[in-house]
Amino acid sequence: MRVFLASLLTILCLALLAMHIEPLRAQGAVFLGPQRPLDTTIKRGEYLARVGDCVACHTKHGGQQFAGGLPIPTPFGTLYSSNITPDPDYGIGNWSADDFYQMLHTGKSRDGTLLYPAMPFPAYTKITRVDSDAIFAYLGSLKPIHESNRENELRFPYSNRSLLIGWRLLYFRQGQFKPDPAHDAEWNRGAYLVEGLGHCATCHTAINALGGSSEDKAFAGGLIPMQNWYAPSLTLNREAGLGEWSLKDISDLLRAGASMRGAVYGPMAAVVHNSLQYLTDADIRAMAVYLKTLPEKNEAPPTAAESGAYQISARALAHGSALYTAQCASCHEGNGRGMPPAYPPLAQNPSIQMESAVNPIRMVLNGGYPPQTAGNPRPYGMPPFAQVMSDQDIADVVSYIRVSWGNHGKPVTVEEVNTLRVAPLLDSSCSMGVARGQRFPMRKPAVA
Amino acid sequence: MRIRPRRWLLCVLALMIADAAHAQGTAPDTMAARVQGCSTCHGKSGEGTPDQYFPRIAGKPAGYLFNQLRNFRDGQRSYPPMNYLLAYLHDDYLDEMAGFFAAQRIPFHAPEPGKLPPAQLQAGEQLVTRGDPARGIPPCEACHGPQLTGIEPGIPGLIGLHSRYISAQLEAWRAGTRRANAPDCMRDIAVRLTEAQITQVAAWLASRPAPAVPVPAAKGSWKTPLVCGSQPQ
Repeated sequence: MRVFLASLLTILCLALLAMHIEPLRAQGAVFLGPQRPLDTTIKRGEYLARVGDCVACHTKHGGQQFAGGLPIPTPFGTLYSSNITPDPDYGIGNWSADDFYQMLHTGKSRDGTLLYPAMPFPAYTKITRVDSDAIFAYLGSLKPIHESNRENELRFPYSNRSLLIGWRLLYFRQGQFKPDPAHDAEWNRGAYLVEGLGHCATCHTAINALGGSSEDKAFAGGLIPMQNWYAPSLTLNREAGLGEWSLKDISDLLRAGASMRGAVYGPMAAVVHNSLQYLTDADIRAMAVYLKTLPEKNEAPPTAAESGAYQISARALAHGSALYTAQCASCHEGNGRGMPPAYPPLAQNPSIQMESAVNPIRMVLNGGYPPQTAGNPRPYGMPPFAQVMSDQDIADVVSYIRVSWGNHGKPVTVEEVNTLRVAPLLDSSCSMGVARGQRFPMRKPAVA
Repeated sequence: MRIRPRRWLLCVLALMIADAAHAQGTAPDTMAARVQGCSTCHGKSGEGTPDQYFPRIAGKPAGYLFNQLRNFRDGQRSYPPMNYLLAYLHDDYLDEMAGFFAAQRIPFHAPEPGKLPPAQLQAGEQLVTRGDPARGIPPCEACHGPQLTGIEPGIPGLIGLHSRYISAQLEAWRAGTRRANAPDCMRDIAVRLTEAQITQVAAWLASRPAPAVPVPAAKGSWKTPLVCGSQPQ
């Protein structure tokens, strides 16, 4: 009995002690070690680093995670991402949490160097201090990789960083995320993720010749340079505006990579694979709630496409229709409804009818597998047709798809197909930000 | 109160019809339906196409196919259309795809007529059956088997391939755009072959009819003379 009572007392004491230690740890109490961040903070930081998709740019193909060195082709030359492991010489081992937050918040490195906006600091400026600290704690918990950073290879005059002063004046608004009191907490969480950490606007906003994005065009879509994929507008229902989608379809697309409305391919497949699939139910839903409200903000007047004015020649119609029946209908069905989520619908699919025909042309040229995710563990694939169809064939079949079953897309030309036939097949989502000049050798997106 | 069953029936029928008009089909829950992404180049079941540059993959050893899928995904084997398609698929699924194509038993296409002069075809045959000891080149048969059917798990058959595909692969090994796990036996062999030998061996292999039993031999059916990273000993 005495033994039993003693054990009980010991357990009680330990429990009481534990109850007191936990809050002390949270305050950074020194007796448990010099400001060692809590494991829960590191875990949260890992999650937030996923949301921010740091790995997409800061890891080169086959390289060590976060050791940088990934070439980021831009119209101005090639940038190389930096080592963000805690290596004291080449990484951020000597940085403080303050340094790290200042870098995210101001777009200036620890030594004051202005960062090129391939680092999406115009979005990251909105990251809260608490989140920044957690990401910093996570990065600090990684194995330091002693790998030097590679010099950027930018052409003159872009190699002169002082040009960034002007760029920043024009396009960078330092600030913090300000919750909108007109909306609930869920919407505001979604807004924070989409506009801040998730940096969606880096691709989904048209960027001008100087590589800047103007605020009034936020989320209005644009061509991703060097990759030649079109990041559709999130503010127009006739593109990827999600106003008419159910929350479930939006969430499925973002996290599983496939939904009843369509699937992700190209750079967005990389984003889902590396980042969005790891988000919690609550965060994905919050993003969906926020994205669904975007179209109200900025709906532009309907274009010629929407009035249904486009027609294609009888020859193209006959040829396109024959090709469709032979090559496409077995999966997408004669009526274009597809068999979603495996085979996406083409009828009434906004990404088929966008002003820019870049994505539908590239889908036919290159095919694609959506990313393998927990929500879509065995994806169905679309074959590439570049190897078996001529430019004329592809122009005709894409035109047919863009005007059939109530679709109102502009027919495409042989030249458009020909330009995209040689587009690089990068399997990365990292070549964004600065790389968005429309005066460079790529087609200007019709919508912007 | 009297129930009017016919009105109910009409209602249900109308709903069913309306539903059918909006119904979308469901894709078959099979691997065959999932690998249609491969079909334009490799055929619906991996049987190959008339295109000279794309191989038949039906019936090749699953281990071999898995190695190729993984190497394409990871960039050890460079062909941008394949690298792109596989970028975001994981080992478990690539293994399932490999297993699917390995299990396909599809009749072979007719062999290519030997396009080279007989003396050159004979030189090709010589390389396949005896090798070129002077250059340190073992006969293809020594690893790929007396019937050239390949052997489980990692060595592919060499019959049923286009000559252009075979020569392009040997060139790719020489150029370093196709690599296998070390020791990379095929690289070591390819760099010793002359251009002429590549043409000869590719033409002779492509001219061979399907073997009587066109499936890879069971693991351990013969002892391979080389230690290769792609074929666990």
